[in-house]
Amino acid sequence: MESSAQMQKKELLKAEKKRNIKIYILTAVLVVMIITASFYSIFFGAVKLELNQTLNVLFNGGGGSLYNIIWNIRIPSVLTALAAGMGLALAGAVMQSILKNPLASPFTLGISHAAAFGAAFSIVLFNAADIPPYFSFLEGFYLPSFFAFLFSQMTVVVVLFISHSRSAAAETIVLAGIALSSLFTAGTTALQFFADDQELASVIYWTFGDPGRTSWEQLYIILFFLIIIFLYFIYKGWNYSILNVGDEVANSLGVDSKKMRLYAMTAASILTSVIISFVGIIGFIGLVTPHIIRKITEGNQRQLFINSALAGGLLLIISDNLARTAFKPVVLPVGVLTAFLGAPLFIYLILKGRRYW
Amino acid sequence: MILDIKKLEFGYGKEKVLENISFSAVQGEVIMLIGPNGSGKSTLLKCITSYLKADSGEIKIYDKKIDSYSKKKLAEIIAYVPQLKEYSFSMTVFETILMGRKPHSSWAASEQDKETTAEIIAALNLEEIAFKNINELSGGQKQKVFLARAAAQESEIILLDEPTNNLDLKHQLEIFELIEKEAALGKTVIVTMHDLAMVSRFAERIIMLKEGEIVSDGDKKSLSAEKINSVYGVEVSLKEHNGNQLIIPEKIVV
Repeated sequence: MESSAQMQKKELLKAEKKRNIKIYILTAVLVVMIITASFYSIFFGAVKLELNQTLNVLFNGGGGSLYNIIWNIRIPSVLTALAAGMGLALAGAVMQSILKNPLASPFTLGISHAAAFGAAFSIVLFNAADIPPYFSFLEGFYLPSFFAFLFSQMTVVVVLFISHSRSAAAETIVLAGIALSSLFTAGTTALQFFADDQELASVIYWTFGDPGRTSWEQLYIILFFLIIIFLYFIYKGWNYSILNVGDEVANSLGVDSKKMRLYAMTAASILTSVIISFVGIIGFIGLVTPHIIRKITEGNQRQLFINSALAGGLLLIISDNLARTAFKPVVLPVGVLTAFLGAPLFIYLILKGRRYW
Repeated sequence: MILDIKKLEFGYGKEKVLENISFSAVQGEVIMLIGPNGSGKSTLLKCITSYLKADSGEIKIYDKKIDSYSKKKLAEIIAYVPQLKEYSFSMTVFETILMGRKPHSSWAASEQDKETTAEIIAALNLEEIAFKNINELSGGQKQKVFLARAAAQESEIILLDEPTNNLDLKHQLEIFELIEKEAALGKTVIVTMHDLAMVSRFAERIIMLKEGEIVSDGDKKSLSAEKINSVYGVEVSLKEHNGNQLIIPEKIVV
C-alpha cells in the first residue's frame, strides 16, 4: 500500500504534467496555424493566383511574372512578417519580464521612435548623391536602415545607462522611454517640416512598417539575429522566470540578476532595431502578444518566450494579409492596421489594471 | 561552525548601517535578530547572502570567505526569504517552490527536482493551492510557499526577513513550527523579528541590534527590561508564565 504522502506526490506530478501538456498543445497549434496562414498568404494576395500554377512554381520553380510574384514578393514578405512578428513579440515579452512592467515594449521604451527618427534623418538630410564614398555601401534602401539602427541603439544605451544607475526603478526606465519617445517624435516632426514633398512621402512611407519591402538579403540578416537571440532566451528561460521574484531572491538562487538583465536588454533591443530598421515601425505586436500568452503560460518565462514569439509571427502574417487584401485595391501598410487594432487593446489593458496580468 | 562574521561594516554611501558586527552560528541553531526599524536587521541578512558587499570585515561560511564561493555554490548553502511583496506577474505555487531547485540544476528542472517539489508541497499541506496563482494567496499562505521554496533549496542556512509580519496568530505559529522543523533537520535559521512576545516565546538565541550595532547576544533571559527600554525607547514590564518570559509594553519613554 502506498502512503498518502506518496499518493499526493503522484497526484501533484500528474497535475503538473497535465499543465505542461496543455502548453505543448498550444505550441503545436500555433505552429500549424503559422504554416496554414503562410500558405494562405502566398496563395491569396493583392493579385489572385491560380492554385495549380502556384503549387507548380512553389515546388518545381519556373519563370515569368508568377515566379517573380511568388518567390520575390510573397514568400519573402510572409517570411519577413513571421520573423518580424516573432522578434517583436519576443523582445516585448523579454522587456516586460526584466523591467517587471507589463506595459514595457520596444514602443514604450522609445526604441521604435528613435528608429523612425534615424530613418527620417537620413532621408531628409542625405540624398543618395550626398553619400560620402566610404559610406557608398549604404546606398539606396540601406541608408535609412543604417540610421534607424544607429539611433535605436543609441536609445538603448541611454535606457541601459538609466537602468544601471543605482536608484533606477522599473517605472523610471519606462518613464525615461516615454520622454525619449516624445523627443524623437518631435525631432521627426521637425524634419518633416523641412522636407520637400518627395522626402516627406518617403519618411511617412518608412514610418509605417511593411514586411513587403524587404529583400532576401535583409530577411537573412533578420533571421540570423532572431535565431541566435531566440535560442539564447529559450536556454536561459528559467533564469528569467526567477527574476520575477526579485533581484535579492534571484541572487540567493544563484542567478546574477544584473548580468541577466543587461544581456536581455541588449539582446532584445538589438533584435528590435534590426527588425525596425528593415521593416519599419510595427507597433503593439510586441506589447499585446505577450499578454495574451501570459494568461496561459503564467510565470514560466521559457514557455512565454516561445509561445509569444510564435503568436507574434502568426499575428503579423494574418495582419499583413488583411492589410493587403481587406481594402482592395488599396494596400495598407500593416503598421497602420496593427496600430488601429493595438491601441484600443492597449487602453483596455490599462483600464483593466493589475487584475488582468 | 557554519557561519562566522567578524567586524562587519556596511554603509549606503556615507551613512553607516552596520558597525562592528561579529557573531557566529552553529548547525541547527535558530537565531532571532531583533531591533527597531532601521537598526540594520534586513541589511545584515542581505550582506550574508552576499547581495550587498560589506565595506570591511568578513563573513565566513565553513571557514571560507563568502567571496570565494561562486554564486551557484553559495545558493546551495544559503536560502533567503525576504519580506512579503506583490509580484509583477503571476506564477503558480508549484513553479515558485520549484525555483528553490535552481542551484542544484542547470537550464531546466529535472524530474527529480519536480519530485522534491511535490514532496515538499505534500509535507507542508500545500496541495490545495499548488496550482494557484501566488498573487491570489493570503499573506500567510504566501509566506508558507516561500518557506517551502527555501526548504526545496536544501541549503544549510536559511535567512528569513520578518516572516510573521501581517500574519494572524495561527499562521504565525505555523511559520514557527516550520522553522523548528527545518532546525531539527540540522539547518541554521536566522530570523528577523518585530514581535517581541513571539521572540520571547520561541527564541533560543536572540541578537539585538541598535543603530547597526549588536547590543546584546544571548538566550531569552538576556532580554532585560532595561535593554529593551534603551533600544526601543519603550518601557516594558516582564512577567514569567509557564517558564516563558512575557513582555508587556507599558509606555513610550520620552
